[in-house]
Amino acid sequence: RINEFKPTRKRPFVMGLPTGSTPVEVYWHLVDFYKQGILSFKNVITFSMDEYVGLPRSHPESYCSFMYRHLYDHIDLKPENIYMLDGNAEDLAAECQRYEECIKEVGGIELFLGGIGPDGHIAFNEPGSSLESVTRVKTLAYETVLANARFFGGDVNKVPKLALTVGVGTVRAAREVLLIITGAHKAVALAKCIEEGVNHMWTVSVVQLHPSAMVVCDEDATLELHVKTVRYFKSIEQVQEQLIGRQNIGLKGSISKLSSANANHQPDAPPPAAEKQIADDNDESSDESSEEEDSKTASSTAAPPAGSRSNEHGVRSNGALTSAATAGNPF
Amino acid sequence: MSKSTSPITQFYNCRILRDHKLVEDYLYVQDGKIIDPAKMFWEENRVPDVRIDCKGGIVSPGYIDVQLNGAYGFDFSNDTEIIQEAVDNVSKGLLLQGCTAYCPTTVSSRPDVYRKVLPYLGPREGSLENGAAILGAHVEGPFISPLKKGAHEEATLRTAKNGLADFDECYGLDNLRKNVAYVTMAPEVEGIMDSIPELIEATGINISSGHSNASTAQANEAHKKGAKMVTHLFNAMAAFHQRDPGIIGLLGASESRPFYGIICDGIHVHPHSVMIAYYAHPTGACLVTDAMSAQCLPEGYYKLGKMDVDVHNGHVYIKGTNTIAGSIATLAQCVRNFIKFTGASKVEALENATLHPAQMLGIAERKGTLQFGADADVLVLDDNLNVERIFVGGNEVTEDNVKFHHKVQKEVAAN
Repeated sequence: RINEFKPTRKRPFVMGLPTGSTPVEVYWHLVDFYKQGILSFKNVITFSMDEYVGLPRSHPESYCSFMYRHLYDHIDLKPENIYMLDGNAEDLAAECQRYEECIKEVGGIELFLGGIGPDGHIAFNEPGSSLESVTRVKTLAYETVLANARFFGGDVNKVPKLALTVGVGTVRAAREVLLIITGAHKAVALAKCIEEGVNHMWTVSVVQLHPSAMVVCDEDATLELHVKTVRYFKSIEQVQEQLIGRQNIGLKGSISKLSSANANHQPDAPPPAAEKQIADDNDESSDESSEEEDSKTASSTAAPPAGSRSNEHGVRSNGALTSAATAGNPF
Repeated sequence: MSKSTSPITQFYNCRILRDHKLVEDYLYVQDGKIIDPAKMFWEENRVPDVRIDCKGGIVSPGYIDVQLNGAYGFDFSNDTEIIQEAVDNVSKGLLLQGCTAYCPTTVSSRPDVYRKVLPYLGPREGSLENGAAILGAHVEGPFISPLKKGAHEEATLRTAKNGLADFDECYGLDNLRKNVAYVTMAPEVEGIMDSIPELIEATGINISSGHSNASTAQANEAHKKGAKMVTHLFNAMAAFHQRDPGIIGLLGASESRPFYGIICDGIHVHPHSVMIAYYAHPTGACLVTDAMSAQCLPEGYYKLGKMDVDVHNGHVYIKGTNTIAGSIATLAQCVRNFIKFTGASKVEALENATLHPAQMLGIAERKGTLQFGADADVLVLDDNLNVERIFVGGNEVTEDNVKFHHKVQKEVAAN
């Protein structure tokens, strides 16, 4: 997304960033891309989602330390382009206000990267947070304190009880939301947020209302979803690859040049039976993207993957499937 | 908080010796010190100005040698008339070996020698101009046992029956205060045992037991009184006896145990002995060279103190005898030998040449460590612990910017 956006000094790419064990791996990959010369952060602006109140910035568990350790120390992101909430500000409310204003000043957030708490929270928007909330001080739920104790020597008394956090509304205001949700311990939360209603007790459920949201998860995180749900999302992706070709699908899921897709379909791939129902990590589920066609055409930058489907399943020129395609339905 | 605009150097693509481990991380240096990068980043929005690619190597503190009598032909006890030249050239030569700090060592000498040389052997910062940092002199003797004099001249040895007054007469108490890091003494020699606490109080120097025939009881008492170091363990001391292990036995004490220097040239101490000593007390091991003036000189005949010595096949003997007169190994070689002898880890070997000597001298917040605030004396090493790059006070040391010469030798007759 960053490279597709082609950020400049006048038009930087503004991101919201989380902390936690899942983002650590994401950041590792980003650092790797930077080291390989594929990705530069010099025109990227970042806003962190949250920060503990009362923890000195130099404390190894402050979110400043986390971000520095895992990301900022390794890439060419400029310090003046980094926005962090100050948990030691004299006037916390004013600090939150300042943060919201900074976001507005840079033109709003282009992409908000996030995770999910075991209780379905995004950032520190604990159960009960208003779904329209803005950046503010929050008292941490006991479950969150317990979950974080492992970073404070297992001592719940050492975990800060207050935090500054962007609001649910702040995340919703971002032009795109990308959630990375992995692990069996997140399965219940994911199920509540995807299959049930939008509810302030499971604040991540607001992705259902976002025009451009994506959830990336692994098999374990889907353990509490209905089989039907998992199959459906897997099938969308497979249909897209099989019939349309991944190279014709933009990063935001919109489809361009459908007619050329029929003609230029990739023939040189192993038959579909060879790769099916893979139980590996990092399976992607596309959420709602195919239903919302962006009015601007997204040019596809994804290279054709090695395992594209063959065109044994025919595709007519109008894009409809032949009976051959539907007959040996692999799903 | 004052803001320094000096350039920040970042070492990357390396494993750093930190908290007794090798961790993949960056090292940041500014104004000759190791700094906390997060502080610079958040408070001053600084990113590194100079980046040094360590190519996957190991980053370690610079080596510290607390026992070195001379090198490159120079000798601190003998070259009294050219002592400044000796100090300057040895310091630079050592720096180019990867030794970034050392204690110039004098053998047992007469009072006039100490008056002459000690003022030049006092603490001095390490730099490209100065060479390796001088941590203060190590005065080895003359308050030692004639039974364990090794290569020292017997006529110079003495007792301390007048206590502090004898030390004053020999070295000058002011010299001890200002210019000496530690003294080697034999606690069983008359007057020495009781002088230990007095000396420490009057001058603040560290005390080491060595060149001594002390029994275990005497060694223990000296240690309790404040002798926290042992000079070249195994050499010039009573041999290990199972019922009276002498000074060596201090490594088996159940409560506190001293630091100990140990020479790992494979000649002074058998490799098996190194292993036994190390595993008896790993955190006290200090690798030392006990190098004499022939270090880094070709084979031949040279002077050590007032004695003639014979250098051949990596051995140094008092001319005409089988008495070892000192070693010519470099500390970098000793570190590699140590791993060969003991199978210990690279971290352990490196700490024996950096952290432990610094702890013994009480300077471990600024030397022998890569913690924030320490002096930026840094080595980049490969996985066999060969020294690849050397930095002193944050500046890289090369043969182009550190120049020195060997001492011009007079021919000594072979017979």
